[in-house]
Amino acid sequence: MALKRETRADRTFGVINAVLLTLIVVVELYPLYFTVIASISDPYAVVKGKVFLTPVGFTWDAYKYVFSESRIWRGYRNTLLYTVFGTSWNLLLTIPTAYVLSKKDLVGRGWITTFFLVPMYFGGGLIPTYLQVRSLNLIDKPWTLVVLGGLSIYNMVVARVYYQSSIPGEIYESARIDGANDFKQFFRIALPLSAPILAVMALYYAVGHWNDYFTALIYISNSRLQPLQIELRNILLMNQTAVTQIEDMLEEDIDMAELARRAYIAEAMKYSLIFISSAPMLIAYPFVQKYFVKGMMIGSLKG
Amino acid sequence: MNTVAKGRRRSHSLRKALGMWQLYVLLLPAVVYLILFNYVPMYGVQIAFRDFRASRGILGSKWVGLKYFIKFVTYPNFWKIIRNTVTLSAYGLALFPLALILAMMLNEVGNLRFKKFAQMVTYAPHFISTVVLCSMVALFFGRASGLVNNVRELLGYERFAYMESTAAFKHLYVWSGKWQNTGWNTIIYMSALAGVSTELIEAARIDGANRVQIIWHVNLPAILPTVVILLIMNCGSILSIGFEKVYLLQNSLNLDASQVISTYVYDIGLQSGQYSYSSAIGLFNTVINIMFVMTVNTISKKITDVGLW
Repeated sequence: MALKRETRADRTFGVINAVLLTLIVVVELYPLYFTVIASISDPYAVVKGKVFLTPVGFTWDAYKYVFSESRIWRGYRNTLLYTVFGTSWNLLLTIPTAYVLSKKDLVGRGWITTFFLVPMYFGGGLIPTYLQVRSLNLIDKPWTLVVLGGLSIYNMVVARVYYQSSIPGEIYESARIDGANDFKQFFRIALPLSAPILAVMALYYAVGHWNDYFTALIYISNSRLQPLQIELRNILLMNQTAVTQIEDMLEEDIDMAELARRAYIAEAMKYSLIFISSAPMLIAYPFVQKYFVKGMMIGSLKG
Repeated sequence: MNTVAKGRRRSHSLRKALGMWQLYVLLLPAVVYLILFNYVPMYGVQIAFRDFRASRGILGSKWVGLKYFIKFVTYPNFWKIIRNTVTLSAYGLALFPLALILAMMLNEVGNLRFKKFAQMVTYAPHFISTVVLCSMVALFFGRASGLVNNVRELLGYERFAYMESTAAFKHLYVWSGKWQNTGWNTIIYMSALAGVSTELIEAARIDGANRVQIIWHVNLPAILPTVVILLIMNCGSILSIGFEKVYLLQNSLNLDASQVISTYVYDIGLQSGQYSYSSAIGLFNTVINIMFVMTVNTISKKITDVGLW
């Protein structure tokens, strides 16, 4: 009924709004779309600016190139391992802490909470942290990127809000009367009810590990331990592949046309590399989107 | 009398604490982790006031007071670094309302499928890694074969070396960030907007308010507290431009615009091994950040009664 009273001004507003939003959607989507079509187009057409809306001169060459680079596979495997083990370690630190801090009758709760919140605002900074990591003998080890970044205080606070607001205290009370101690209450009651928050936390942390580049830059120098993001930077931003290939060519004494062709492929390869490295995230994303949004919603409750 | 009561209460809470020892055991791993990786480095920050020599350890190194802070403040490029840092964050901060506007726009969409689609598309770039984002910027804005320059050429303009330009750096940095995160940042506003009472909107409509008036007089005031909280949090990081993205977009030609505090801390600390000097710069940065949050928080509490604490 009220909707029927929509005036002409309101309708105009709706149309303008829809048009502007469509424009925004195009701006957000086009760079991703272009990356995909450029990765399967003829490298020459991409470099010369012939590709805009559809692939030109379809080819899988760039992908063949990427798949033949062993260090990309090594980086992929390393990142996969870091993500799986790192996320498990994250959950091990985050979930019990969030559960315990959600207990209102915890003796010393105020002090303990402060202890956990201080690192959010104040930290030692790059060098004191580096020196500590070095004295713990954690530099250039296979488990370095698993152990570091173990606890995100922000995530822990989000999980704590979940325990406070989503599991009624009476459940624990009746379990206590039935003789369940605190361990039992956590492992038998809280954990089985934590599936949504476990999913949210695992996803947040996993994305962090997958995309992390800073930690490896600071603490890893052994090339066999480098994660995908470091290899990506070497190839995409520092043009390492292109350089080594040109050196190869000088040795092989290949003619200029072949040299140019390979330089083009190296350029087109970057698009396919971007696609391949982001694919796991972007493919999984539509399925897990609602969990991420849920996490953000829980987080915003705390204010 | 009083002390006796206090003592009794203390022994009571001690007994209570002992009764819940298992909870403390559950906390233990995280506490140990924070001590090792956060609190020990906090203690170690004192090397900013010492001439740190690894062989002598932290306490054995000579105390030099503010020497390294003075060194930083009197460094000829000090103001340039500060200016770059502040420019990048102030620019980003000036575009803070973008997410709010986008959220308002999404909220006005009647067609649910289009709304869902628009949300999905605008959230997606959030999941791209910093390395990939910076690579995309480099690819799209590259001089020789980047899409943007190809379009420029088609339109009859000269090709332009965006990546090497000091003038373009801040725009590339800030707008690529907005491209990546504006959609994602709407989530928090969308949840606040979902909480606006429909009765209020209905009442306004009956009083003859049009959609723009409803947005302005009903929706906006309803989510203002959320906006203020986020604004304070954003202000707090005015001097903490993240390292990763600047570092990845940086090159020797745009360094005049792209050297910020965090990249300088890295250069001085890990590239040239001046641990004490680097720690001093880092500490300087942290302290200013904390002061900034506190100031903005106080002002905001006076004006709007909303604050972080």
